[in-house]
Amino acid sequence: MTFVNEMRLDFDALPENEAFARLAVSGFMLPLDPTMEELADVKTAVSEAVTNAIVHGYSGGPGTVRLCAGYSRNGDFQVDVIDHGRGIEDIRQAMQPFFTTASGPEERTGMGFTVMESFMDDVDVRSKPGQGTTVRLTKRIRLREDQMLPRRA
Amino acid sequence: MLLYEKKRDALIVRLTGELDHRAAESIRDELDGLIAGTNPRRLVFDLSGLQFMDSSGVGLIIGRYKRMKRRGGSVAVSKCDARIDKVLRMSGLYQIVERLA
Ligand SMILES: Nc1ncnc2c1ncn2[C@@H]1O[C@H](COP(=O)(O)OP(=O)(O)OP(=O)(O)O)[C@@H](O)[C@H]1O
Ligand SMILES: [Mg+2]
Repeated sequence: MTFVNEMRLDFDALPENEAFARLAVSGFMLPLDPTMEELADVKTAVSEAVTNAIVHGYSGGPGTVRLCAGYSRNGDFQVDVIDHGRGIEDIRQAMQPFFTTASGPEERTGMGFTVMESFMDDVDVRSKPGQGTTVRLTKRIRLREDQMLPRRA
Repeated sequence: MLLYEKKRDALIVRLTGELDHRAAESIRDELDGLIAGTNPRRLVFDLSGLQFMDSSGVGLIIGRYKRMKRRGGSVAVSKCDARIDKVLRMSGLYQIVERLA
């Protein structure tokens, strides 16, 4: 995908940064003039992936989460949520509805990936145990007819 | 944020703002304290004031459902918007928790 605008953001793997990540991504998307619906879809998916990085990737411990986002001239939006935490052994299994490795006080239901898939056009997960996880979320934002974005200079 | 009222044997909890992982963690103990303290037969979540919810909110509601069930009580959810409704439906929540208008 050829982007006309890109951003990159690193932040500590802390729960208080979940809201920040949602806001940062929605702010970055504003030039695409998304509908409230599209904005909320992306915010929800980003929230799921960032929460996973914090609670599963780093198991609540220290770490850095990276967001890389960009969009193309015709409104294809993409965001990567990257951690260098424990990684996922079996990605297929992890993405099944109701699959969770959480137990005890964590109260997770294994719906995060299912939510991401239902609100985005595509969810692509790359992971290596012990090395980390990248979740790539993509969504076509519908541009108004007069709204073709300028090419990058 | 969490507001509540006791109506006969029901505890009605109104959640406002954004219910994500952080918010769920921070209101969980308060909710459990309220349940223990007011001993309701029914716990009703009023979600009309929520601007955002993800799967961490589902976990919070299901966790309280399990607690209420152990006490012989029930849980209901009311007044959520279409997006939150979709997440709750997807999670199979309405098989165990009543959905009010
Ligand atoms: N960034 C990550 N690093 C390591 N493991 C992950 C990561 N993201 C997801 N997983 C694994 O995939 C499983 C499924 O994730 P998913 O978000 O679907 O459900 P959950 O987080 O367990 O529950 P919920 O999202 O409903 O609260 C997790 O339980 C975890 O084992
Ligand atoms: Mg999750």
